[in-house]
Amino acid sequence: MSSKQKILSAIRHHHLADAPLPSLDQAWITFTDVKQQFASVLESVGGRAVQVLDVALLKADLAANSAWSEAKKTVSMIDGISGNVDLDQLANPHATEDIDFAILPGEFAVSENGAVWVTDSVVKFRAIYFIAQHLALVVRADQVLENMHEAYRRLSFDSVRFGSFISGPSKTADIEQALVIGAHGPRSMTVYLLG
Amino acid sequence: MNHAANASAFTQDDARTHWHDQALWFVRTKRDRMANSLPEWETLRETAAAIKAHTISRLADLLEQFEANAMRLGATVHWASTPAEHNDIVLGILQKHGVKHLVKSKSMLTEECHLNPFLERHGIEVVDTDLGEWIVQLRNEAPSHIVLPAIHIKREEVGELFHRKIGTPAGLSEPKPLVEAARIELRNKFLRAEAGITGINFAIAETGGFVVCTNEGNADLGTSLPPVHIACMGIEKLIPRAADLGVFLRLLARSATGQPITTYSSHFHGPRPGGELHIVLLDNGRSDILGSDDFRRSLNCIRCGACMNTCPVFRRSGGHSYETTVPGPIGSILAPSRDAQQFHSLPYACSLCGSCTDVCPVKIDLHHQLLTWRKEIAVRGLVPLSKRIGLGLASFVMRRPRLFDFAGAVARRIFPLLPRFLIYNPLNPWGKKRELPLFPKQSFRELYRQRKLK
Repeated sequence: MSSKQKILSAIRHHHLADAPLPSLDQAWITFTDVKQQFASVLESVGGRAVQVLDVALLKADLAANSAWSEAKKTVSMIDGISGNVDLDQLANPHATEDIDFAILPGEFAVSENGAVWVTDSVVKFRAIYFIAQHLALVVRADQVLENMHEAYRRLSFDSVRFGSFISGPSKTADIEQALVIGAHGPRSMTVYLLG
Repeated sequence: MNHAANASAFTQDDARTHWHDQALWFVRTKRDRMANSLPEWETLRETAAAIKAHTISRLADLLEQFEANAMRLGATVHWASTPAEHNDIVLGILQKHGVKHLVKSKSMLTEECHLNPFLERHGIEVVDTDLGEWIVQLRNEAPSHIVLPAIHIKREEVGELFHRKIGTPAGLSEPKPLVEAARIELRNKFLRAEAGITGINFAIAETGGFVVCTNEGNADLGTSLPPVHIACMGIEKLIPRAADLGVFLRLLARSATGQPITTYSSHFHGPRPGGELHIVLLDNGRSDILGSDDFRRSLNCIRCGACMNTCPVFRRSGGHSYETTVPGPIGSILAPSRDAQQFHSLPYACSLCGSCTDVCPVKIDLHHQLLTWRKEIAVRGLVPLSKRIGLGLASFVMRRPRLFDFAGAVARRIFPLLPRFLIYNPLNPWGKKRELPLFPKQSFRELYRQRKLK
């Protein structure tokens, strides 16, 4: 008997009574101002949310950010903002290792936990979200959801091979519970709520 | 193994015991703040427990559904009954690809299988990339906590370790530069690796995908650079629907570390373009636990570690005192399920205060199960002789009212006259840190009789 059959028959051997699957339609938390809520939670986890009306204002904020202005290698997948490295020209994900700043689109934001949903359908290498020294995500201001249940009502995994909720910069507290920003991934995370 | 003996060794350093206790209590208070900020917290817990109960009740069907969907997405699914089989599968994949350097992100399952030493014996370099896990790996230790692997280590010790192993300046103990040094060191490991291993927090039956949660981003770097991704999971890690993640991701990080969500919650559906994805499903006794009405609910566990952070015994005895991959209250239920003979002392590492049950995000009745285990251990004749003699004697006397009366009367007269060394000695472990109360002049029965006479 294969291990698969062995495991499945060991489970089936116990004949458990069917327990019903609960409904996920409950009175989940909502907020009076989702953008404000998103910004304050993101700040509490070490990130920064900026509301900008248009790309010109976004550019102005970027210009004032030393992580951007001092970056040697930048990647942008945002219309109207140019980076100096074309991700599509790189041969393999390892070539993204020295990217200093990446500004990329986020699909939507979740106000209850400061997370932004990103997928690899818009980038050649998913590594870019995690390997860049600094990360900025641009989310349309009308795409800020209340909570995770709303997020999953929206998500479908029919075509998305990789997606991630990112909430703040990479961090660790593994040395005596002291929070340190910039563990393996980005040292800063800015989310622009555009429009 | 004997938990009490291990705990006693840990508590020799009083200051350190307090420090360990406070570090974990700090995490517990962060968890409380998060739980209290959500009005639907109890609804979330109940929903999560119900989803898990449903999953367990139909586990075989859901595993088959998961496998079919994962294969449709291009992943290869492997089944392992035992840790040895699991390790052989992983080794086979690595050898097929000629892998010499492997990066691993946190996976308690591979700890359970002792995968690292196995692969190292076969000439493969394994690097644990979670900072806490890397620290304990460099020290040749096992993690002492499933979420906070290095919670038992002080910053000065990390500084000394890094000085020896990676050449940081002597005397450095500030967390920030230490983390920076580890970042540089481990980045090279990520770039050099030919394969990455991750655990799985949740596998989704209806889509064939799975979710891995980290704060550092190590699972993501470890799977987005090397072309081969091996993901290892226990068969109980399944959930039926993607939408169920809404419930579990809301509970997991809030319960674990008091964060609203982990920094990265990554959803993998099939291999990345040009890459390979292998999923290894491990049983290792889980299907036996599933058959037990008493202990089935322990399979609900999502490995958040909240029961450890709140446990008064864990906080003061340290994770290593349990000698198990998963320590603390949940570990004290899981370990005897696997080997009651070896781990019979763990269900006694508990004051039955019930705090673990209160904080558990998936409503496992932890302290009830621990009590049930004590009964089970007595039934199986695994209670140590020292306890059996004492309890047997007590039972003998208590079943004989006259003898009980007589023994009480004698004890009340004799004990106050005995020299200390006859009462407080190695034969009386109860008296190690405790004093007997003053003996009353009369027993309750005597007082009652006198009262009736009046």
